[in-house]
Amino acid sequence: MAESSTLSLFAVTLVCLLTLVVGGLGLRLSRATSDFYVAGRTVSPRLNASAIGGEYLSAASFLGVAGLIYDIGVDQLWLPVGYTLGYLVLLVMVAAPMRRSGAYTLPDFAEMRLQSRRVRLIASILVVGIGWLYLVPQFQGASLVLTIVAGVPGWVGGTVVAVVVALAVGAGGMRSITFVQALQYWIKLTAIAVPACILLVLWLRSGAPHPNVADPSWHLALTPRGPDDHPTYRVYSMMIALCLGTMGLPHVLVRYYTNPDGLGARRTTVTVLLLLGIFYLIPPIYGVLGRVHLPELPLDVRPDSIVLRLPNAVIGGLTGELLTAVLAGGAFAALLSTASGVAMSVTGVIDQSLVRPYLARVTGGDATGPLGFRIAAAASVIVPYAVTRVIEPIGLATMVLLAFTVAAATFAPLLILGVWWRDLTRAGAIAGLVVGAFTALVSIGVSITAGPFEGWLGALLATPAAWCVPLAAVVAIVVSLATPKSTPPGTIRLLVRLHTPERIDLRSRSLD
Amino acid sequence: MTTTGPRPTRIRVTSSRRGAGRPTSQSIARDLDEQTGLGDVYLAGLMRAQFRLSALVVGLAFLGIGGFPVLLLAVPATRSLTILGLPFPWVVLGILVYPAAWVIARWYVRQAEKIESDFADVVGQQ
Repeated sequence: MAESSTLSLFAVTLVCLLTLVVGGLGLRLSRATSDFYVAGRTVSPRLNASAIGGEYLSAASFLGVAGLIYDIGVDQLWLPVGYTLGYLVLLVMVAAPMRRSGAYTLPDFAEMRLQSRRVRLIASILVVGIGWLYLVPQFQGASLVLTIVAGVPGWVGGTVVAVVVALAVGAGGMRSITFVQALQYWIKLTAIAVPACILLVLWLRSGAPHPNVADPSWHLALTPRGPDDHPTYRVYSMMIALCLGTMGLPHVLVRYYTNPDGLGARRTTVTVLLLLGIFYLIPPIYGVLGRVHLPELPLDVRPDSIVLRLPNAVIGGLTGELLTAVLAGGAFAALLSTASGVAMSVTGVIDQSLVRPYLARVTGGDATGPLGFRIAAAASVIVPYAVTRVIEPIGLATMVLLAFTVAAATFAPLLILGVWWRDLTRAGAIAGLVVGAFTALVSIGVSITAGPFEGWLGALLATPAAWCVPLAAVVAIVVSLATPKSTPPGTIRLLVRLHTPERIDLRSRSLD
Repeated sequence: MTTTGPRPTRIRVTSSRRGAGRPTSQSIARDLDEQTGLGDVYLAGLMRAQFRLSALVVGLAFLGIGGFPVLLLAVPATRSLTILGLPFPWVVLGILVYPAAWVIARWYVRQAEKIESDFADVVGQQ
């Protein structure tokens, strides 16, 4: 185990240093505040697609998907499918209009569309909340990786990632992160695909033995795992959360503002679908081969660790240790890139909504953008880090699903109605956001703290997207229809800008 | 000091281009900009065309993704069917769904760009 930990620590350190060095290089390039936010909008679709892939594939994708497939079986294959199809829904519903809106962040869009500071405030709170929900499993994943490969206590990994992310985001802003993220997609893909290919070849050579699982629900799709389990409802609800939640994740739409125009935003998304599809072919291999070689894990070992345990279980020796090091480095790349992307967006919102107005008041308007930005960067990381020190870890992918559910129940109705429906009013938007956030958070919170419950109650509370999302949308529509007087002024003008192709010269476009 | 010479002839300042109007491509862009009734009609048409396309893609995805569990439950044999030694649901969810999503996305982008270029042509040539 000693060589293993040396090699793996080397890989993890290398990835951390790479992130910091490339982030530092970006610092020299970023000068104006707009550079910090959206890379000066000079990022090409291909680079941008790699960056989106690099940012999106998190610890949940790298470790969690394989862990859940190992643990629960075929029904968890829906998880990566949902992660991918979220981009298809995003593409057809909001990609080009969001880019044309010219807004930097989700709260910017909410305020622009509804001409309301109150809507902006609610959207800001939601972005920060969802971002923190998403950061927690990244820090937990870091702890998991370092504990397995190096035997260090759990707090070390989370602390390392929190510090590196705060430094990288605070130092370079988004331009540096764009290059880092693009690079990280390819690091992750290589790191997960090469060991998988070696393991597959060895498995075929040994006569392709079947995975050794007694539970029939592992093999057979939609088989209840208990007497009153409702697997079909859970699958549908999970798919709704993932397909609609993607567009409401704070770090996803920010990426779209770095496209040159609406067409670029669409083409970027097509490439993203390709990159994600290639990546998600791999994790199920670990889940299945895990059941071939390690049919049962001890009770105190988390299934999320299966990716990292497999090489040593199959090959052993120096090769096994080398492959483990590659996987540990890849997992860290996954954590770091997602965590920096999310922290970046949360930082942007905290900076714009809280820090900058405060600094402007204190210094009489002399505050420099970068200073406030760095203060916000620290704040965005400290809170979720503190949470990881307090709560018990649940599965990485399960935790990420919570963030998707809240995003789907709040921002998805707001964005889709905002882009396509001219009768959305302020009151309707606020009602939808509040109802969606409240129902999603309460049902998940109750399910985690007081559950798990049996039967339909358990299914409806644990995966609430199937009823929360339609409820939030209906509330937004009904309240909008009941309050036509709070239709924001300039709605049509904004919709013209969102939907008109760039080649048509609009005066209203020169306002952004 | 006053001039004593003949009074200068009066010059009329008029536009020889009165009625010629501005280039039309700009004027419809202006209609869009200024939310005239005409601009509103154009916007509504563009949004309807784009939304129909988007709804079609979402509908297709919903049929495929929402229909797959229905197929598995309605025809239990599909749950244990194997293709090249791999179970059918694993093949569909683990492999086939990704290229399918990519092909649909490419098709969507081409159609959406076509709608936009048609729109630009109409606005430009009117």
